[in-house]
Amino acid sequence: MKQTRSGSMTRRRLLATVSARAALAVSPFRINLLQAQEANIKIGFPVPLTGPYGTEAQDQVRAAQLAVAQFNDAGGLNGRKAELVVRDDKLNPGEAATRTLELVEKEKVNFVVGSLSAAVQLAINNVTKERGIIFNSISQSDAINEAADFSRFTFHEALNPHLTSGAVGRYAFSKFGKRVAFLTSDYAYGHEMVRGFLEVGKAFNIENLGDIRHPLGTSDFSTLLPRIQALKPDILCISNFGRDQQIVLKQATDFGIKQTTQIIAPLLSHASRVAAGPQAFEGVIGGCSFYWGIEDKFASTKAFNEAFKKMYDGKLPTDYGALGYGGVRTILAAVTNAGSVDTDKVIAAMEALKYDFYKGPQYYRKCDHQSVQSVLVIKSNSKDLRNSSDVFEVIGTDEPNETNLRTCSELGHKA
Amino acid sequence: MAGLSINLIALQLFTGLALGAIYVLFAIGLSLIFGMLTVVNFAHGAFYMIGAYAGVYIFMLGGDFWICLILVPLAVGLFGLAVERVLIRPLYGRGIDYPLLLTFGLSYVMVELIRIAFGKTGFPFDTPENLQGAVNIGVGYFPLYRLFVIGATAAVLLALWLFLEKTSFGLIIRAGARDPQIVRVLGVDVARVWLIVFGVGTAIAGLAGLLAAPLQGVIPEMGSTILAEAFVVTVVGGMGSIGGAVLAGLLVGVVVSMTSLFAPEMGKVSIFALMALVLIVRPQGFFGRAGLMS
Repeated sequence: MKQTRSGSMTRRRLLATVSARAALAVSPFRINLLQAQEANIKIGFPVPLTGPYGTEAQDQVRAAQLAVAQFNDAGGLNGRKAELVVRDDKLNPGEAATRTLELVEKEKVNFVVGSLSAAVQLAINNVTKERGIIFNSISQSDAINEAADFSRFTFHEALNPHLTSGAVGRYAFSKFGKRVAFLTSDYAYGHEMVRGFLEVGKAFNIENLGDIRHPLGTSDFSTLLPRIQALKPDILCISNFGRDQQIVLKQATDFGIKQTTQIIAPLLSHASRVAAGPQAFEGVIGGCSFYWGIEDKFASTKAFNEAFKKMYDGKLPTDYGALGYGGVRTILAAVTNAGSVDTDKVIAAMEALKYDFYKGPQYYRKCDHQSVQSVLVIKSNSKDLRNSSDVFEVIGTDEPNETNLRTCSELGHKA
Repeated sequence: MAGLSINLIALQLFTGLALGAIYVLFAIGLSLIFGMLTVVNFAHGAFYMIGAYAGVYIFMLGGDFWICLILVPLAVGLFGLAVERVLIRPLYGRGIDYPLLLTFGLSYVMVELIRIAFGKTGFPFDTPENLQGAVNIGVGYFPLYRLFVIGATAAVLLALWLFLEKTSFGLIIRAGARDPQIVRVLGVDVARVWLIVFGVGTAIAGLAGLLAAPLQGVIPEMGSTILAEAFVVTVVGGMGSIGGAVLAGLLVGVVVSMTSLFAPEMGKVSIFALMALVLIVRPQGFFGRAGLMS
């Protein structure tokens, strides 16, 4: 009895399916259905295209487009192509949250990669973790590693301030003296960098002469510089970024600060160095995640440089460009490995990834999804430049090492 | 924080005056155009930016900073003349918000055109070679180039004062500002006077942009931040009063500088706190004429 009934159910279902198929074959719905099946893999990309970090953000987009093009040229995911959906977050957390929500709800993106601000990325992360969408952040932040902000959907391809300031601090504090003054952009990025410098400085017994803070997006630093001069520091540590960095280095040079003081910065931006010219950056030491010049050392860097040059008329990629590339490339590699865009499968594939896509070996640490990677210590070049991108010299390297990161338990992750 | 000395305070005061000089140079053109034409020129920041880009362009053609000092104000002034003749002139006598909205829109067009022509990323602008470095001014070291900017501002102010107060054309301008109808009845071509005033105002904005370029580099958006500060200066000084703009510009510079010494985070806010304070005590500003806006 039971079997007959279920048998009749099957027959009925079969009939229904066949007639539905027949109806579909002649209706326009069929095209839609097919399209839905093969819809592009969409990667939302919110970055601050306008505002003080605009130059760097445009580099991020360019290199991310390269990662997408390479994925598509290699056949995509069984023929399914990837697509980058770029939005301007205007360096504003509210704007970024709105744009991200729009990317998730309206554009139906599968993944989100992007951001260029320690503060703004947390706003994006809040949206993506609530919606269960994978977010790979490509700008510096310590908070994003911490248990309070982290979620299993959160990945961090960029360096974090602890790692960066550690590398630069270990280099500078051993060479240039112990009296250190800070000039800091007054938001998460600057605060986290200073905390990192003070942390690593303990081992060198540095003397903190004071931390002078300026608002993000300052165009005149002259009123802050006499005070710093009066402090007579051995090292002036300037933790800001983008246009702020360009202007402050120019004005500090004019005030003659470099004659008595070594200026260091946690990050020296390639795009900013090009925009400000050699004079302002001369002699300044800082860190970075990527420099095209390490192509002598890594085949992956060479390959990335060549592909980028081919796509963009011989231009070489920058540090933040490389992050845009890495952020998208890792997700698409995980998609390929997982053979699917299913969130859980891609997360597992990301966690399993041991990759070398542009700067030597990297992997995502299990507890906080922080990319374990090298930090380069660089100095600005001003003489005998080989080409217009020959702006830095690598003077030190912190090899990829989990011991340079804060431990999982320090970050509040349970073992 | 340690290290507070008389020398530091003196140097900080001087830094404030130098910063004020930049505000004055920018605000003076704004004030001139408003005082004479009652046009609130929201495109003033864009003219300033055009000045910096004109400098970049002249450098590309092989010119140097000193050639720029002459050519840039001329070029930007000529552009200003064209803008007045074609866009602003039809709006005279239509109420203050017409030219305000026009120049507001115009500033967006100008910034966008520069982005198309020169790209969104900025240009470096090195300090001219013989003005590089810092010199000892008795209380500490101060950048030579900033001293030069103070000098340039003083020269512009002197020239403007001589032009307005000592020439017969200046007399006509002042009369035209007070009562255009009577001046017209007396047979003076007021339209031509206003054209020249707008040209001079924008030329000074262009010069200010050129002088600011070695301080902060050149980007399409450079005019927007200083525009806010310049409006504070003109409001505090009294809308349309040139003397007021000079006094207020220097005062704003000193207030920012002294605030930055003790509470660096408050530097930017202090400008607006000062404006609020002045407006409470003296709504028309230092030397403003009441009712000019109505």
